[in-house]
Amino acid sequence: MLMEELLSVKYDVISGDFIRGGEASSNLKKLLNQLGIRSDVVKRICVACYEAEMNIVIHSVGGYIQAKIYNDRIEIIAYDNGPGIPDIELAMQEGYSTASEIAREMGFGGGMGLPNIKRSSDEFYITSEVGKYTKLKIIIYFD
Amino acid sequence: MKVKDIVDALKLRVLAGEKGLNREANGVYTCDLLSWVMSHGKKNNVWITVQIHPNIVAVASLLEFSCIIIPENISVEETTLTKANEENIPILQSNLNAYEICVELNKLGV
Repeated sequence: MLMEELLSVKYDVISGDFIRGGEASSNLKKLLNQLGIRSDVVKRICVACYEAEMNIVIHSVGGYIQAKIYNDRIEIIAYDNGPGIPDIELAMQEGYSTASEIAREMGFGGGMGLPNIKRSSDEFYITSEVGKYTKLKIIIYFD
Repeated sequence: MKVKDIVDALKLRVLAGEKGLNREANGVYTCDLLSWVMSHGKKNNVWITVQIHPNIVAVASLLEFSCIIIPENISVEETTLTKANEENIPILQSNLNAYEICVELNKLGV
């Protein structure tokens, strides 16, 4: 059965903005709680969304988080406009990070972001082109 | 146990998020690597960290931590305190180090 899209939200994510970083995830969380989604599922969505959002803040020139909510699942697109990932397999390895010294001092850059997203998701897709974009698609089912 | 009970017992300074002092506190987590905290922290945990930038409030809010304790009298950025007030996440400061805070929280049975 084709599931109908209930609603769609989109949040811009600004490069280097550690003050507002996390707001997209916070807003999404409030929305999911209003919709009565189970709390353990909301937590998984929050972890995935926060890591994706902070990746855009830390590593990219900027992008957006888009969440489409269906009856049975959420689909999150995290898109940024570069610089892209040269070796996705390497980037997916836990502990591998290209974060700046400043980001590391702030407690980021443990090389856990992408693995955390994958672990929290039911389906996870990553595509990237150097100099152009990185796109994550995260699907989490509500049941 | 409520956050305010911990504040009284450990003589903590409330830097921000006073409206959250009635939150229920259950369990303690101490770590400064935010991705690690995101994947292992649990609802209502007391979080001890030396990180002082505004993003700790986002982490605490997403995970529904009861409060954040900053050890060793580290001063906290003003923007962090503003965010904590918005989100009602208590930010508490202690002169003890992270280990000593854990010991005291253990004695309290948190």
